[in-house]
Amino acid sequence: MESRALRIGLGVWTALVVAFLWIPLGIIALYAFNGSVIQSWPISSWSTKWFGVAWHDDFLRSSLRLSVEVGLAATGVALVLGTMASFAIHRFSFFGRDSVNFLLLLPIALPGIITGMALNSFFSFAGVALSIWTIVIGHATFCVVLVYNNVLARLRRTSPSLVEASMDLGADGWQTFRYITWPTLSTALVAGGLLAFALSFDEVIVTTFTAGAQTTLPIWILDNLRQGQQLPVVNVVAFAIIALTVIPVWVSQRLTSAGETTVGRAAAVTAQTE
Amino acid sequence: MGVDVAREAGSLRGARLRLSAVLWRRPWLKALVLLVPPVAAFLAVYAASLGAMLASSFWTSDSFTAEIVHTWTLDQYRLIFSLSDPTYLRIAGRTIGMAAAVTVTDAILAFPLAFFMAKIAGRRTRGLLFVVVLLPLWSSYLVRIYSWTTILAKSGPLNWALNGLGLPDAHLEFTNKAMWIVFSYVWLPFMILPVYAALERIPGSMLEASRDLGARGFRTFRSVILPLAFPGVVAGSIFTFSLTLGDYITPLLVGGPSSTLIGNIVSEQSAANLTFAAAYAMVPVAVMAAYVLVARRLGAFEAL
Repeated sequence: MESRALRIGLGVWTALVVAFLWIPLGIIALYAFNGSVIQSWPISSWSTKWFGVAWHDDFLRSSLRLSVEVGLAATGVALVLGTMASFAIHRFSFFGRDSVNFLLLLPIALPGIITGMALNSFFSFAGVALSIWTIVIGHATFCVVLVYNNVLARLRRTSPSLVEASMDLGADGWQTFRYITWPTLSTALVAGGLLAFALSFDEVIVTTFTAGAQTTLPIWILDNLRQGQQLPVVNVVAFAIIALTVIPVWVSQRLTSAGETTVGRAAAVTAQTE
Repeated sequence: MGVDVAREAGSLRGARLRLSAVLWRRPWLKALVLLVPPVAAFLAVYAASLGAMLASSFWTSDSFTAEIVHTWTLDQYRLIFSLSDPTYLRIAGRTIGMAAAVTVTDAILAFPLAFFMAKIAGRRTRGLLFVVVLLPLWSSYLVRIYSWTTILAKSGPLNWALNGLGLPDAHLEFTNKAMWIVFSYVWLPFMILPVYAALERIPGSMLEASRDLGARGFRTFRSVILPLAFPGVVAGSIFTFSLTLGDYITPLLVGGPSSTLIGNIVSEQSAANLTFAAAYAMVPVAVMAAYVLVARRLGAFEAL
């Protein structure tokens, strides 16, 4: 189809761009094993001592705990609201359906600073003190669409005659849900939930606008980066995050079939506009 | 007693059956029950928040107490669009310029890769590339910015590599160029994905037809591939553009003294001068609204 030279050129370009994407992650992962406090390249002494320091850092631990709590709460809200919305949108066409789509998509399509600033104005106007719950509300607004997209994609692939057959055989709504709908949906829910958790766990901009005195893990990282403090410990955390984010993405990729390609913010929006 | 239990269970089941029959016969009722909680939650929190931000932008903050004074005024917008002191106009211009530069850079980096993925790579390579492109998107955004602060640092890997080649130091640390590189790096996967989706949909037969009709490689690219893939580029540009417009972490961590963007001002002012921060945050909203309207004209949404 294309000339050989063009194919090779494109292949080389692809390899270079992939290297551009991955070399920074590789370098930061190596710095986690830097024995020195000074960050200079090439690394002169290797050590795993900072892993121990990070493990025993109480403030780091409490930030991690808060991030997990917020992530779980936001994911829970997203699972309930996202599933309800996807069922309604899937089965019924009605006036304003596109508006509902648009409303759910907006928090993830607009830059984080707008979602953050908007929520901040709202809480200030309503006199709501910033707390862990305002962080959860902020995160839930952009997590809903991930669950919604995953479940909607799965519903579209499931034949409606399955549900009808179940009803014909005398099952009531609950039984149909329990034995038919739930088993076909569960993996999509796990995938959507994992992605929602990952997005919440990583979120920093909306969090800075909706957190009071609370410190989530990304805020902890940001504060240390701004002040240039504890960089060896930050390196260890960065290494752990790179290693750990691979897992939820990999699991959710395995749980959804290739056509659903639900990974990523971009994919969330791409799927939506289809 | 056993009979009672059975009857009770029976009536419970009867109630459940009746309920599901009611819902089955009236699908609109089921839709309503399912739709009201999420939509109500979004209207009550998210839409109300956007409304509160818009309203706040027409109020003013007391300069001593930072309390919001609820009197309608255009003061905040006058300050933003002031020609006698164009600080905020200049920052907005810099932000938009940076967003445009990042978008063009990402389009150039992404297009050949997306083409290789869609049309040249085999099944396995394509799947692998998909994962390789998407995974960085999920490994912490902060970590990815931070990795560049170490790479560009004076005694970092970049200068080490340059010196090894006998070249002088790059002096990129804390500059606008550094910001441009890091933005392009962080948002690149958002461009690759939609461009790939658009290219994948071009049937191979069209490329063959173009060649049969005598078009050389470049002509096919210009007259067949580019027009069909362009909406994908526009869709990707919505992400790269919008995400750059609203970011403040990258300028904070890798930018220099003249790298202030809209986001930095909004985040700095949000506590002391909320009304001004709200008004300035409307600038990216307006720019994005205009951008999306133009993108729609260019067919970015139909192609996806």
